[in-house]
Formats: sequence, C-alpha cells, structure tokens
Amino acid sequence: MSARDTIFASIRRSLGVSGREAPRRKGVADRLREHPAGVVPARGQLVRRERAELFRKMVEAASGTVEEIPRPADVPGAVAAFLRAHNLPMAVRRGEDPRLEAMPWTRERTLETSKGPSSGSDLAAVSHAFGAVAESGTLMLVSGKDNPTTLNFLPDTHIVVVDAADIAGDYETLWGKLRERFGTGTMPRTVNWITGPSRSADIEQTLILGAHGPRRLHVMVVGETE
Amino acid sequence: MTLAITSPAFKENARAAIADPQLQGVLRGGLGFIDRRQAAIDRLPEFDALRDAARDIKNHTLAHLDLYLEAYEERVRAAGGHVHYAVTPEEARAAILDICRKAGAKSVTKGKTMIAEEIGLNDFLEANGITPIETDLGEYIIQIRHEAPSHIIAPAIHLNKAQVEADFRRVHKHLPENRNLAEPATLLAEARGILRERFLAADVGITGANFLVAETGTSIIVTNEGNGDLTQTLPRVHIVLATIEKLVPTLDDVSQLLRVLARSATGQDMSVYTTFSTGPRRADDPDGPAEYHVVILDNGRSAMLGGEFRDMLRCIRCGACMNHCPIFGAIGGHAYGWVYPGPMGAVLTPALIGVDLAGHLPNASTFCGRCEEVCPVRIPLPRMMRDWREREFERHLSPRTVRTGLAFWAFFAKRPRLYGLATAVAMWVLSLAGAWRGRFRWLPLASAWTRERDFPAPQGATFQSQWKRRRR
Repeated sequence: MSARDTIFASIRRSLGVSGREAPRRKGVADRLREHPAGVVPARGQLVRRERAELFRKMVEAASGTVEEIPRPADVPGAVAAFLRAHNLPMAVRRGEDPRLEAMPWTRERTLETSKGPSSGSDLAAVSHAFGAVAESGTLMLVSGKDNPTTLNFLPDTHIVVVDAADIAGDYETLWGKLRERFGTGTMPRTVNWITGPSRSADIEQTLILGAHGPRRLHVMVVGETE
Repeated sequence: MTLAITSPAFKENARAAIADPQLQGVLRGGLGFIDRRQAAIDRLPEFDALRDAARDIKNHTLAHLDLYLEAYEERVRAAGGHVHYAVTPEEARAAILDICRKAGAKSVTKGKTMIAEEIGLNDFLEANGITPIETDLGEYIIQIRHEAPSHIIAPAIHLNKAQVEADFRRVHKHLPENRNLAEPATLLAEARGILRERFLAADVGITGANFLVAETGTSIIVTNEGNGDLTQTLPRVHIVLATIEKLVPTLDDVSQLLRVLARSATGQDMSVYTTFSTGPRRADDPDGPAEYHVVILDNGRSAMLGGEFRDMLRCIRCGACMNHCPIFGAIGGHAYGWVYPGPMGAVLTPALIGVDLAGHLPNASTFCGRCEEVCPVRIPLPRMMRDWREREFERHLSPRTVRTGLAFWAFFAKRPRLYGLATAVAMWVLSLAGAWRGRFRWLPLASAWTRERDFPAPQGATFQSQWKRRRR
C-alpha cells in the first residue's frame, strides 16, 4: 500500500467513513464552491474616505508610511522626492506592470529606473499592489509577468503603489476580485499580503525593523479617496 | 537537529531550569506577549466570534479531512506542483532527500518549521552531505548553538544578547574582531548580511505551512522577517513540509483563522508577511521556483482523529497557551524535553512519542485553565491533560508512591462518612500541632512541599462541614 493509501485509510478508519458518502461529498463540494465568508469585523466596513483613513492609520500602526498622490502621473516625482528626503541613492527597480509603465518615469532626470526581478543589490523598489485591506493596513500583491516577487523582499526600501479605488474594507472583498481575475480555484503563483516593513524580535524581544525584508515600507495611494 | 528526547527526565530538567540564573533572568523579564495580545483583542469586538468560527472551521475540516485532502492535491497538481505523502518521519525525510538529490542540492535554506524539528530534518540532511541553513533569526541562533527551540514562535527566547554575541563571534570568524555587536540591532544586521548570501546561493528552499487551502491548492506561511518568503522565492526548488491537519477549505476560511492567529501569537493584527504559494513559477513569471513540492506527513495524526485527542488537531501553533502558562513561565521550553513545549506540547507530545516517554508533561499543570481560556481555537487542553493522566495510570506507568497514595486516598473518598471523620480528625491534630506558628516548616510525607515553602496550619472546620453548615 502506498503512503497515500495508508494515510487515507487511516483517516477514514478514524472518522468511520468510506469517503463515498454522497452527503459528505456534497457538503465539501458546496463549501468549496460557495466559500462562505464567516465573521467579517465591522472595523473596515466604511465609506471610501473613511476606509482610506483607516488604511493609513493601520499601515502607520505597523510602522509603514502612507502618502496620497492625486494622479498616477505624479508618482515618479513623488518617488524621487521620497528617496531624496531619506537621503537614499536616486535609483529604483520596478516591474513592468502596465499601470507603472504608463507613468512618466523619464521626466525625473535624476531618477535612475531599471526593470525586472531583483538580484539582491537594489536598494529601492517600486511595486503596484492588486489591492489593499483597510481592516489591518495590509497590501495584497500578486506575482506575474509584470510583478516580480523578489522586489517585495530583497530591496531595503519598498514603495508600493495602490489605487485608492482598490482599498477594500476586508480580505474577503479582495478574494472576490482575485477569483474574478484568475478564475475560481486558481491562483497566481504567489499572493503576498504585506503589513508593514520586515521585523524581528528574536533577540531579547527587542523589536527591530528590517530583518530579511525591507526596513522601510512606503505606500502611495493614487487617485481620489473621496 | 534530531532531538534527543529528554521528556522522561522532565523533573530533573525543570529543577535545573529553576536553578539556572540566566534562564530565570530571561523568564522573570516576562513574555511581553500577554499584554500585547490583550490589547489587540480589546481593539476587535468580534474576536470571540472569530474564535468560534475558527474552531468550527477546523472541526468541519477534520470531519471531512479525506475529502479536503483529495480536493487539495488535485488543485496542487493542476497548478503544476507535486504532492508526496509520508506516513512516518523516515518517509518524510527520504522524500525530501530524494527531491534535494534530484536537484543536485548542496545547501538548502529553511523557513521556520516545527515539523522539520519533529522529524529531525537538519541532522539528517547534514549526514547526507547537504547543508541546512535556518533563516529565521531565532532559529539561526539556536542552529549555531546546536540547541532546540524553546518556544514555538520565539525559538531563542531563552537567550540574552550577550550569549548571541558570543555565538556570532565564535561562528562568523571572517568578520573583524573589533566590530560592535553589543546591541540587538547590530546582531540582526550581521545575521541579515550573512543569511542574504546563503539565500542567494541555496539550491532548495524548505518551508513549513501554517495552512493548506483545498479550494486552490495553496500553501501559506506567516512571517515577520520575510525569511520564509525569500526561502520559497529564490531557490530553484521549493519544498513545503506540512502535516495533514493544516488543511482548511477555502481562502475565506483561512482569512478567519489568520484574524485570530497573529493576535493570539504576538498581538499584531496581522503578521508582516502572509504568503500564499500555489505551484511553481508560471511560463512568463520573472522569478520564483521552477519546482514546487509538498510533503504531507501523518506521523500518528490520522489515528488521533479517531480518539479523545482529536481536538488537539485544531491547533494553529500560535503559542498563546505557553505564553500564559505558569509552568512554562517558571521553567521555559527546554525542560519539556522535545519539540513542543507548554500546554499544547503536554497534550501533543504523548500522542506523538508515547505517554511512556512523555507522561510527565501532562502532569506538569496546575489545571488553572488559562491555556484553554486563551486558545484561539478553544482546545480543551486541561481536559486532555487529564485524559493523558488517566491513560498513564491505567497503563501502570505512574510511580509506585503515586499509585499507593491514590489508592489510600480512594479508600477514604469512596466512603464519604469515613472520609469526613478522618479529615476532621486530621484537621484537629494539625491545627493543634500548628497552633503556635500558624504554619509548618516540616510535615511527614509532605517534605516535597515543605522543602520549598511553609504549609499553612488548618484553622476551623473542614471545607465539607463548613459547606454543610452554610447551606442550611
């Protein structure tokens, strides 16, 4: 008997089932199809303006920073200003997300931009989020042709752009959008929820930012939050 | 490292832990977890409702585990991943070694996984010529010390920074001697630099899984450092090592569990990184592993499903039970003598390695009930510790003095009148003998108690007679 067969037989013996019972199979199939939402906290159930405010508050509580940018075209300028303000080298690496591609990066003459995954030597990266969750100040990024996962973890400074319209109250809303985009039961290779910059408290319970991932997380909320 | 089981020597371990001034210094400082957890819960009125939901989701999944496993493996394969099953730790180690050999691996990076500790993976890989590198800061520290974790989410919590500094100076010999390592921040920076190179050089990355999602064939890890995420992003091969009870039905279900996990563990609303991995890199992905394997281990869990310890399989490994345990707070995690310490370890360890070896652990409890009170999935830990004590007794594993004492007590307890009379007499004698001081410095048959503290002399009537009188 294979290990798989042994384990399934043992599970079924313990549960006293054969695995062929129609009501059990239906119960499981229904749950997978309907994915009931459960308890969704009231905290994030707000109108758009308040949702954006809660999102900012929660990101800041997780030691990240948030900046509101009126138009996508203003992002490259804001990135340059952020790097300058923190005395960082004027260079960023980014993916080829169409929303980032459409921004006027060349207008910032002092800002050097490169594209593609990180090899570990980049100091700052810019990513575009799939969405964000106000409830906990969490960004949701998905991997794909234009969105390298390495940019989320290797650079010291991570700047994440998110559309104001994509700030949801709860995770469940974003799962709904993800199912719409990728199809039910299908996921991109990686979905990253990011809530603040990397940290560790493993030495004497002293919290320090920048353990293996970015020391600094800056979120740019683009568009009208009204 | 393969852990030598020292659970049978729990009493000696505990005594040594209490006599260890360094460890006591760390423990006396307290685990900041308790206040932070409470603050996070106070901010979320739905927390208790979420705990009920989390418990129900786990119960539902366990009752349908065969079917959710089938659905899960189908989705993993559809996404291009491989599923390997292992009944025993030996089989799990062999499956992992086989994948590593096929990948031509010289070094593997590891995200934090308790299952790897459970199967003694590091020593095994090392013995087979593959270098395992722990990447969680706490795990890295204990790896270079050749120690076991002392807490499931804070593995190096038993150490102070001077000890870590000494270890780094001993192991990182290529760095200048006069460097400053006096602060946690400089220690972290050094580990970050060293581990960054290892991440980029590793051929295989091994992580655990906090959850497996049947709906999508996804494995989930939760970290604050980003180490597990780099572990599963950079190497060419990603291996997930998980056990059967990690399964949950859907993304919505896992969102319920994630809402209680970090709050119960560290008091964060959400951990920094929650990473959902599904299969290997897609044709047009610019990064990510080319191979994705899941090794699903049973190691006795499918048998637990059928008995009184099924509830233990709900555990999501947050560590709240140990953070709130007065025993854990007095002796730390190593005294428990294997992988899982604290109340959850006192229930799980006998199930995994046998009550003959781990019988002391369920006895190391005051039954104060705080573990059950704080458990995010409401596991009846004290009840199950009592079940283990009963089993231990039934199998005649408890020492002769305990059995004789219990038989003596049972003789009276089964005869209520005699019991009342005997206790009244004993009380009278004790109250006379102790009348002068009001306490005893020494009592026959109770030296284990009086060695550490005085025994108060009884005053007035027995509890039962007072109870009778007041009810009238």
